[in-house]
Amino acid sequence: MAVIGGTTAGRKVRWSIVDIVVLVYALIPVLWTLSLSFKTTEGFTDKSFFPTEWTFQNYKDIFSTNEFIRALVNSIGIAIIATLIAVVLGTMAAYAIARLEFPGKRLLVGVSLLIAMFPQVSLVSPLFEMERNLGLFDTWPGLILPYITFALPLAIYTLSAFFREIPWELEKAAKMDGATPAQAFRKVIAPLAMPGVFTTAILVFIFCWNDFLFAISLTSTETSRTVPAALSFFTGSSQFETPVGTISAAAVIITIPIILFVLFFQRRIVAGLTSGAVKG
Amino acid sequence: MSELASEPSAQGVDTESRVPAVEPKKGKQGLSEGKLAERRLGWLLCAPAAFVMIAVTGWPIIYSVWLSLQRYDLRFPDQQQFVGLDNYIAVLTDQYWWTAVGITTLLTVVSVVIELVLGMILALIMHRTLVGRGLVRTVSLIPYGIVTVVAAFSWLYAWDANTGYLNGLFGTEAPLTQQIPSLLIIVLAEVWKTTPFMALLLMAGLALVPDDLLKAASMDGATAWQRFTKVMVPVMKPAILVALLFRTLDAFRIFDNIFVLTAGANDTGSVSMQTYNNLIKGLNLGIGSTMSVLIFIAVAIIAFVFIKLFGASAPGGDQGGKR
Repeated sequence: MAVIGGTTAGRKVRWSIVDIVVLVYALIPVLWTLSLSFKTTEGFTDKSFFPTEWTFQNYKDIFSTNEFIRALVNSIGIAIIATLIAVVLGTMAAYAIARLEFPGKRLLVGVSLLIAMFPQVSLVSPLFEMERNLGLFDTWPGLILPYITFALPLAIYTLSAFFREIPWELEKAAKMDGATPAQAFRKVIAPLAMPGVFTTAILVFIFCWNDFLFAISLTSTETSRTVPAALSFFTGSSQFETPVGTISAAAVIITIPIILFVLFFQRRIVAGLTSGAVKG
Repeated sequence: MSELASEPSAQGVDTESRVPAVEPKKGKQGLSEGKLAERRLGWLLCAPAAFVMIAVTGWPIIYSVWLSLQRYDLRFPDQQQFVGLDNYIAVLTDQYWWTAVGITTLLTVVSVVIELVLGMILALIMHRTLVGRGLVRTVSLIPYGIVTVVAAFSWLYAWDANTGYLNGLFGTEAPLTQQIPSLLIIVLAEVWKTTPFMALLLMAGLALVPDDLLKAASMDGATAWQRFTKVMVPVMKPAILVALLFRTLDAFRIFDNIFVLTAGANDTGSVSMQTYNNLIKGLNLGIGSTMSVLIFIAVAIIAFVFIKLFGASAPGGDQGGKR
């Protein structure tokens, strides 16, 4: 790499500049939303990137209405339940795919790959009608079900990639000591697999937290509308006023978990996203 | 599909499977009971996931084919009636539908191409940088993780005539009220959000490029560009194809950004947007389902073409797998 030339210090400076470009690229829209959320109503129209006058009013506003709090509860509840179920089912399936020989394995991998590529909008029409008939429309389970479905391929891929890295001799040892495959799974492998499971849970949670299409199509009231969907129903203090401040404040709130995940689990997320890809 | 039928029975049998699993681990003769137990456990573990995936996608797709053959408008439910392919004729002769198809294709191609270029650059930066590698990776994950709608609102207000710090850039006060500027902004929003994901997938491929090979190439006098095209790209080909496949199919279903930025005004709507409008706003289940089926077919064709490409690159894929 010395061919690239320059002294070490010179190269470091050049890389630092490149890094700063990346930082600016990634952070500008986030900072802009943050800035808007602290602007006053008069401040929106000054078009400056940073607020000239700071206020917490927008945050007070959203937390004083039921609309946002309810949506936040829905978002958190639905995302957590869907994540838990998807990860449990995904772990079971991924273990079987990574470790066991059984007919139909390729078919399952094929089906989940298909679903990963599936156009979600194709499901919106039939699910809308089916959920209305089943009484699932505008309920938590009505959103949890499609979330699990689309999270499962992601979970199965990521997890089976992780499971292939586990030292399976331990499983053999356990079996030699008389454990059944099921016991070997529960007692030996599950604890070893926890980091992978945890990473997958983060990725699945981000996916559920992010969804907008199902959230806006399969809900109609506050009872199950999640924050991304609720944002587009925010109204300003008067009808003619766009709710810039409250939307931005709500946007900042739902970005916090993402920022925390990224800050604390960067390595895991990168490993999770790339592990499946290398396998192809 | 045949798999479906066999799973419930496997589940039924499994109550005994735990008992015989212990002893027969000694030899590998034939389909021992251990093998059978392994099979049953495999099915048992996969059954719930397979069941959910098929129940929530397989069945609704069949159902939507059925719905697409009906006249079914929720505002006039008593007029529901089997109309054969009428809905398909209605959609396929509709100028708005073809506009949406054109816009979706355009947005997909343009944004995926830009993402590939920027993603490759970002992947090289994340892979190579001498300073702050962790920081760069952490920050790059923010666009990936952020809720698409949140980012979309950020772009909306950035270009908005009243609030935006960027709105003068196109020489017009309200770029989101005109088609071409709107499309550019939609592409920008898409590219910003998904480039890091592309970069991560490509970085996985970059990790497979042996450093020795690069050093050898540069000793032989290869320029940086030659090293990139002659050494890196061939090794990375499988990763590039995977990234392209995922992103193309993902871009084709673009919805969130358009919904927030323009709501499909001024001919900026995608096929997903059209389907949503017909279904949720128009409450026309027949037409909405027809569009659903058409999008499904379009995606299947794209996937098929890509998988053909994959097939062609299979030897490269094996090489990559071996590391």
